[in-house]
Amino acid sequence: MLEVKDLHVTVEGSEILKGLNLTVNPGEVHALMGPNGAGKSTLSAVVAGKDGYEVTSGEVLFEGKNLLEMEIEERALAGILLGFQYPVEIPGVKNIYLLKAALNAQRVARGEEEIPAPEFMKLVREQLSFMKMDGSFLQRAVNEGFSGGEKKRNEILQMLVLQPKLAMLDEIDSGLDIDAMKVVAEGVNSLRSADRAILMVTHYQRLLEHIVPDHVHVLVDGRIVKSGDKDLANELEARGYEWVLEESAA
Amino acid sequence: MSAAHAFLQRLGERVDDEPTWVAARRQAGAERFEALGFPTKRDEAWKYTDVRRIAEGEFTLADDAELDEARFAALDMPLDAHRLVFVDGVFSAALSDLTELPEGVSIEPLTTAMRTNHEAIGGAIGRLAGVDFSPFTALNVALSEEGAVVRIGQGVVVDKPIYVVFASRANESARMSHPRVLVMAGARSQSTVVEHYAGEAGAANFTNVVSEVMLERGAIVDHYKLQEASTEDLHVASIHVEQSRDSRFTSFNLNLGGALVRTDLVTDLNAQGAETNYNGLFFVQGRQHVDNHTLVRHNAPNTFSDENYKGILNDRARGVFNGKVVVKRDSQQIEANQNNANLLLSDRAEIDTKPELEIYADDVKCSHGATTGQLDEEAVFALRTRGIDEQMARGLLTLAFAGEVMDRVRLPVIAERVERAVAGKLPERFNLADLVEVSDALEEA
Ligand SMILES: Nc1ncnc2c1ncn2[C@@H]1O[C@H](COP(=O)(O)OP(=O)(O)OP(=O)(O)O)[C@@H](O)[C@H]1O
Ligand SMILES: [Mg+2]
Repeated sequence: MLEVKDLHVTVEGSEILKGLNLTVNPGEVHALMGPNGAGKSTLSAVVAGKDGYEVTSGEVLFEGKNLLEMEIEERALAGILLGFQYPVEIPGVKNIYLLKAALNAQRVARGEEEIPAPEFMKLVREQLSFMKMDGSFLQRAVNEGFSGGEKKRNEILQMLVLQPKLAMLDEIDSGLDIDAMKVVAEGVNSLRSADRAILMVTHYQRLLEHIVPDHVHVLVDGRIVKSGDKDLANELEARGYEWVLEESAA
Repeated sequence: MSAAHAFLQRLGERVDDEPTWVAARRQAGAERFEALGFPTKRDEAWKYTDVRRIAEGEFTLADDAELDEARFAALDMPLDAHRLVFVDGVFSAALSDLTELPEGVSIEPLTTAMRTNHEAIGGAIGRLAGVDFSPFTALNVALSEEGAVVRIGQGVVVDKPIYVVFASRANESARMSHPRVLVMAGARSQSTVVEHYAGEAGAANFTNVVSEVMLERGAIVDHYKLQEASTEDLHVASIHVEQSRDSRFTSFNLNLGGALVRTDLVTDLNAQGAETNYNGLFFVQGRQHVDNHTLVRHNAPNTFSDENYKGILNDRARGVFNGKVVVKRDSQQIEANQNNANLLLSDRAEIDTKPELEIYADDVKCSHGATTGQLDEEAVFALRTRGIDEQMARGLLTLAFAGEVMDRVRLPVIAERVERAVAGKLPERFNLADLVEVSDALEEA
């Protein structure tokens, strides 16, 4: 589904990703871990198509297509959704407007009719209650004045409404209280299916207890230096990154 | 021959059997205008607005109001309203609809009002905006022929908006008109008055309008000026408001069209409890130029003003905002807020903004601020990552910027029209009415 091959990315003159390789297949859940500043969010930004990231070599394919040549919105319409580490506040644009515009953009791209208002409302209401969010969130401007945890829930709400093929969730667990963590994890788990994939960036083992990954990768200094299964996350939790660094240097 | 003199030549071509006092007033306007001449950039109030295109233009006064139904329908808004229509300044009885006026309300073309009631009307007209306000008001006094006169009796709540359409035709040669609008709102009356300047594509006429709105004790008036003329039209307007005790005036100055537009809005808060609200939105593109000069004079204690002007400028458009609040000596317990925010959608668009406060009292609460910025690119990116195309993302964010002003518009037909214009592509792909429905359904739930 997603293939990242020998990706080199420069930000403002300094190389951040230095030959990153990663393959995510349909049905899989991957966790991406690694120290601060390793380049995890940079990878999401490149996949999303953010300005200011120069790909100097390597490629990123999504379902066999060159992702780097696609417009930002085309990537979304192809089925990629990014959950931001720091969701942006969009004053004046109501959550409900964003959800409807985004969902309709997808439907139009697939050659379908726009969703009728009542059907849309039903869908949104269901997901909203699944996320244990209050109806008033729909009327509020996107993320404006939301608490850190509410912003993260809102990202997951968008994901549930849009049902992406590939969700890349960047530290979706940060700022969540214990109950919210469970709600968010349930949201993510509900998306798991044989034809979808999830890539989660996290620093903590706790999230991975709720959303059990098939693969765990350690990103250090722009490269994936170690991959394993869920036990790798346990080991990292217990021992930190030092040993991985030593191992990869050797 | 000076440009001013050339304009006044049109005077001789028209006026014949007017009462002497009307002719004398006209003469005073002409003399004043000739003495002042067209303003230049050396005049502080016209520093950023060059009126040479008006001064050097050749305009004649229209003789007819011919406009067939189809052409008119393209300009008219589907408002359930009492309708008064002028075509290039000439009254059109055919297009107007003044049947079913409620008791206590009179809506007439100026010529009729002057004939039937010249004492009341003649005395009121020009009381707030005579020959001295600006060269253009003087020119208006010299050349005005037609206009709208609205009188609302004490305590009358007018059932529907009073909708005055000024249609500008695409003529073979350019026309000019100098209309007057007079609104006399009786004590405790409530009304909504809409001045709509609409133009056919390619119309390149000059409109020089003067409006006067007088609110008696406790009167409430919502005043809309929607300017949607073609991008070749030239438009100068001056709106003067006088408020008595406990009256409330709300202005919506919504500007979308015109090549060169100058609007002056002046309110005198003359007695306790009077409140004025200025809401402005201008959206200009291409090489449009729009200049808003607003003034609130707090002439009495316990008066309130709130102003919120938003400018959206694209391409090489140019905007001017000059907002002044004057608190007269010993007018205590005043509250005055003023805000101007501008959004530049292009590097080559320009805005000059100047909020001014002159306060001669000590017990006042005043605030003012002006900001100019661009669309938040992070937000554009965030919306695009959800599959919303760039144009729509920018449209949504632009609409969001205008939202604060648009949320206060109480006539949905106008709100939707302005939103469509501002958001560009939005309506086709993104049914607004549908969303409003969704929103309403939510509120009820
Ligand atoms: N716009 C930028 N300008 C300069 N440096 C940048 C920019 N964006 C990212 N970087 C740098 O790139 C490196 C990788 O950042 P990135 O956000 O990808 O790290 P991360 O692995 O997500 O870290 P964290 O766990 O702290 O979120 C950091 O050193 C960061 O300072
Ligand atoms: Mg990060």
